[in-house]
This record gives sequence, C-alpha cells and structure tokens, in this order.
Amino acid sequence: MTSARAQLPKSPTGILGIDEITGGGLPKGRPTLICGSAGCGKTLLAMEFLVRGATQFDEPGVFMAFEETAEELTQNVASLGFDLNDLVQHKRVVLDFVYIERNEVEETGAYDLEGLFIRLGHAIDSIHAKRVVLDTIESLFVGLPNPLILRAELRRLFRWLKTKGVTAIITGERGDETLTRQGLEEYVSDCVIVLDHRITEQTSTRRLRVVKYRGSIHGTNEYPFLIDESGISLLPITSLGLQHTITNERISSGIPRLDAMLGGMGFYRGSSVLISGTAGTGKTSFAAHVVDAACRRGERVLYFAFEESANQITRNMRSIGIDLHKWMQHDLLHFAATRPSFTGLEMHLTLMHKAINHFKPQVVVVDPLNSFVVVDNVPEVKAMLMRLVDFLKLQQITGLFTSLTAGGDTIEQTDVAISSLIDTWLLLRSIELGGERNRGLYILKSRGMAHSNQIREFLLTDHGVELRDVYVGPSGVLTGSARLAQEAQEQAAQVLRQQEADRKRLELQRKRTQLEAQINAMRTAFAEQEADLLQSIEQEQMRETLLLREREDMAQSRKADAPANPHTGDPA
Amino acid sequence: MNPKRARSAPQHARDTQPKADTWTLRLYVAGQTTKSMTAFVNLKQICEEHLAGRYQIEVIDLLENPHLAQGDQILAIPTLVRKLPVPVRKIIGDLSNTERVLIGLDLVPRKVGGDHATKETS
Repeated sequence: MTSARAQLPKSPTGILGIDEITGGGLPKGRPTLICGSAGCGKTLLAMEFLVRGATQFDEPGVFMAFEETAEELTQNVASLGFDLNDLVQHKRVVLDFVYIERNEVEETGAYDLEGLFIRLGHAIDSIHAKRVVLDTIESLFVGLPNPLILRAELRRLFRWLKTKGVTAIITGERGDETLTRQGLEEYVSDCVIVLDHRITEQTSTRRLRVVKYRGSIHGTNEYPFLIDESGISLLPITSLGLQHTITNERISSGIPRLDAMLGGMGFYRGSSVLISGTAGTGKTSFAAHVVDAACRRGERVLYFAFEESANQITRNMRSIGIDLHKWMQHDLLHFAATRPSFTGLEMHLTLMHKAINHFKPQVVVVDPLNSFVVVDNVPEVKAMLMRLVDFLKLQQITGLFTSLTAGGDTIEQTDVAISSLIDTWLLLRSIELGGERNRGLYILKSRGMAHSNQIREFLLTDHGVELRDVYVGPSGVLTGSARLAQEAQEQAAQVLRQQEADRKRLELQRKRTQLEAQINAMRTAFAEQEADLLQSIEQEQMRETLLLREREDMAQSRKADAPANPHTGDPA
Repeated sequence: MNPKRARSAPQHARDTQPKADTWTLRLYVAGQTTKSMTAFVNLKQICEEHLAGRYQIEVIDLLENPHLAQGDQILAIPTLVRKLPVPVRKIIGDLSNTERVLIGLDLVPRKVGGDHATKETS
C-alpha cells in the first residue's frame, strides 16, 4: 500500500522522547491508535499531543471525548499546566463531549454514523483543525446497538479522517487477546502505540511501545514514561547507539595522590567512575572529594542520594573537612535524595533524566547504585545503569557511582554485572591485618590511561582523604599499625645508617690525617737524606778537585807532560 | 417528499388537551438519503396512526446545520428525538421496526402487563 518514500511526513508530538522513537512524530494526516489498559495515560497522551499541537506547532485540534465531559477533561489536564478553557476560547482547540446512553437509545432499523461525521467535520472546519483525538471511540460499541453497522462505519470514519488530512489519535481500551477490545487495530494500521502499566516489586511503571509504524523506522522497545506536572516524558535511552563524542580532557578527583595513581591527571571527563567497596570504606567521602573538586572548577554537580539525606551527607562530609553546603548555596551542587523504594527502576531513571536535563550538571553522582538491587533484579539494574551511563556519556557528563559490595572474596564478582559499563573502577576495601581493619584502595581498571597497580592505604582525616605510602611486607601490604611500625623501623634504620656514615666519614678523615702525617715524616726523612747525600757529593767533588790539583802540582814538580785520569781517583 | 420542516395539522378543537400534550418530535437526517426518507415516511405513518393531530415533526438536516448535532448528542443518522413530552427519548435507525419505535416513543409500555397497555397496541 504505502510506497517506500524517503521521509514519511510526520506530525511532531512535542512530547519528550516520543518524537525521538518515532523519528519525528506521528504519521501526518493519518490515524494512530493508542491502546492500553485503564489508567495508563491514553487520554493524557492524546491530550498532550493535541495541546502541544495547538500551542507549539500551530496545528489546532479537536478532542472528541466519549467518556469524560469537557469540564472533567479541562479539570484533569489543568494539573498538567494545560489551560484548555483558554485554548478553546482562542479557537485553538475544540472539545466535544459525545454522550451515549444505551438505555436511552432504541434502534429501529438501519442507521449510519453520519451524525458523528458531520459533527466532527464541523468541529474540524470551525478551527481548521489539523489534529483530532477520538477518546475512546470504542464507547460507541457500548452505547450503540448493531456492531456490524458500527464496524463498517468505523472503517469509513478512518478513511474519512485520512481524506480530511488530519492527524488523528484514536484511543482504545486493551482487550484480552487483542490490542483493543473491539479490534480497532484492524482499521487503524498506520501507527499503533501500546501503553502499559505494570507493577513489579510493588512499584508501578508506565511503559510505551510503538508496535507498528507503517512506512517509518521506529524504536521497538518498551520505553518507560512518566506523567508529572509537565506532562508526559519518555526516555528512549536504549535507542541510542554507542556514538558518544569523547574528550581527552582530564578532571581531577580532588585527591592529588589519587590523580597521580590515575596516570597523573585524574579521570577522563565524561567517563563513568565506579567506587565500590564494603560498608564504611569511605565511598561517599571519595565522592565528596570529586564533588568538591568539580565545584571548585565551577562545574555543576547533581548528587543522587539514595540512602542519606542531603543534610546528613553535608554534615558527615564536614567532619572530613569538605564543605558541601557552600556549593549548594552557590547553586553548583544539588542533592536529589529519594528512597529507592519510592518508585520503580524505570521511574527512577526517568526522574533522574528529568533532573539532569533540568539542572544540566557536568558531574552526576549516584550514591549508592545498588540500593536498587533487591532480590533478583540485577539484570534490570544493569539495564537501567547502562541507559543512565549512555545518557551521561552522550552529554559528556562524568558519572560517579558508588556501590556497596558485600564483604568477603566476592567483592569483585558482585559488581561484575555492571563492570563493562564502567571506565574507571576504584575498589575500596577493608584490609584486616594485625588485629585491625584499615582502608585500602586500588584501581581495578581505568580505561585509556596508565594507572597504578598498587594497593594504597588511605586515611579519612579531618582534611579529607589522604593516601599513604605503600609498604609491602612479607604478608602483603602493610597498613595501620603495621605500617606505622614499618615506618618507625625504617626511620630507625635510617638513623643507624646515618650514624654509620658519619662514623665512616670520621674514620676517613682520621686516615687522611694519618697518611698526611706519614707523608710529612717521610718527606722530612728524605730531605735529611738528600741533604746528607748532597753534602757528601760536594765533599767528594772537593776531594776530587784537591786530588787533581795535587796531581797537577806533582806533575809540575816532576815535569810530566801527560794529563792525569780523573776517574781513577778514590771516593771520598 | 422532501424531508424538510413538516408539521402536522395543528389540533385546535381539543381545548381539554393542554399544550404539553403535543408531541414534539425531531428527526435528524443528513441529506436526502434513502434511510432518511424511509425514516420520515415511517415516522409520519406512525404518528398519523397513534398521535393524530397532536404531534409536530421537525426535520433537521445536519448537512445544512451541522452545529445542531452537538446539542442533541447526535451520532447516528437518522435519529429521532422525542423532545416533548419529557423525558427525552432517542430512536436511531430508519424507523422500519414499528414495534420498536412505539416502544422507543413510550407509546406502548416497555413491559407487557400495564393497565392501559391494550388501548393503543395495534
């Protein structure tokens, strides 16, 4: 029937999320069926479509109600901020209440629904409506006899709506086996949306699913949606691909030595950070550091607290020297504290999305994550977290999650479910050694950076978290008193070494002095000998000279002519 | 046989009948369709037979006056509305089932066994 076109014309709903999963809205100029059980928001969805059409998209609309009077409708949606009276007065919306009472109607032969057509047509023409809602047309089957005629007339009605060129919403109550009690899906085949209202774990969640959308791609999952004071909002989170734009920007954790462990620069902006640990290991304190650091940079932080109230957290963090209250006053930090049991997972997620969209933070803290986990909903929690992480990454928001793990060796396993979603995972643990428990920290993983593999002990001091040096003893990392003992030992050893060095230095000095004395003595002795020798040499020479002179004298006296040999003389 | 505004001959002579006794019937149609015309013919016949002289039929063509559909909550065509006497009754269809029309108009009791039940049944 419908030929494949590049883009089916669509009529935007203006409702957060629905336009995304339908690729731009409902099929323009065609009827859409919205079905669901009682109380799942059909009328409201239809009404919001109409009101937003009239206010945002310049498409006036006709609301034909079969169940509620115009006054009731107006009152019902006034709580959502829709002023129907005003819209009706300005001819943007027509409300037409169709009243059918079976008891007052007697059927006496063939009839058709031309009256309805004329009525609707008149309403459409009177305000040049582009949108029509029939809520819920199945009431006709209750109010009028002869279903065969009705079916034929409905088929004609939907065809007629198409020729009128209006984008229509037809609501229908969910049937036992069919989408609607009267099988309306048979007639309205362009777009079918199913609303659902399910209760799990005593919390109810409304969900929406596009069952069918002829001629258009659409999200096929069930999307939770929320009805609050601003109408319907739906989060098509799982429809998003993994197409986050990423950044190389690094942000400090607020703890310099932790930054050093994380490749020297801290976390990546927009990454997801998990701090997991057993009870009382300081998860919230770490989170507070990150919050504090972010606020110092002038960033906005949204803190979802699920176990403690805002006041309790700020008071506790003041004890480690972090003043979060100051940032709250600067409107940089906002706490959203609710009980996990307040509502269902999906609703939490939806509420978080809304809060994030509203506050526009750069850092989001969820503390703690696993308070959502009840008996066996780990897959759901994982799905929820995945969507939250996706959402945060898409917006380049750094997500910090804390997770309380059970003690014992399964510390890493309990969180395996969500591990794949986490970029940087800090594990805090109690290290039991020498009769005391101390806090240790290590980086289980940190994607995309060279990080320390050491287990570091940290202290919660009155000026925050302090990472200490690492001492590895024969039985592992030394912490607490053992570390202090080791530190003392090392100090003592150092003193000893110092003393030894000093001693050696003195010894050397002494030796040098000794040596120099010896050298002096030898030099003196040598000088003496030299003097002696020089003297004797001189004497010898003198004797030689004398001898020679004697010989000459003798020769003169003997009148000899041959010279005397100088080398034959005796030594002196 | 145009189904336009048509009135029965007014009943002057019966002074004992107050005005309230006059039946005001409104037949909604949409154009001159077969169903509409059948309905009008059937209505006329039934009225002549059971309400001779004390009825008044108003035919409203919604194609001409579409805004009138909302007032009487008209969906089906043709619809006959008994405006007077109160309470208002609605009868849909081409009025071919005379018995049901009479029941719908309260011209015969809905349940058999009333005192005056035999008087007007044909």
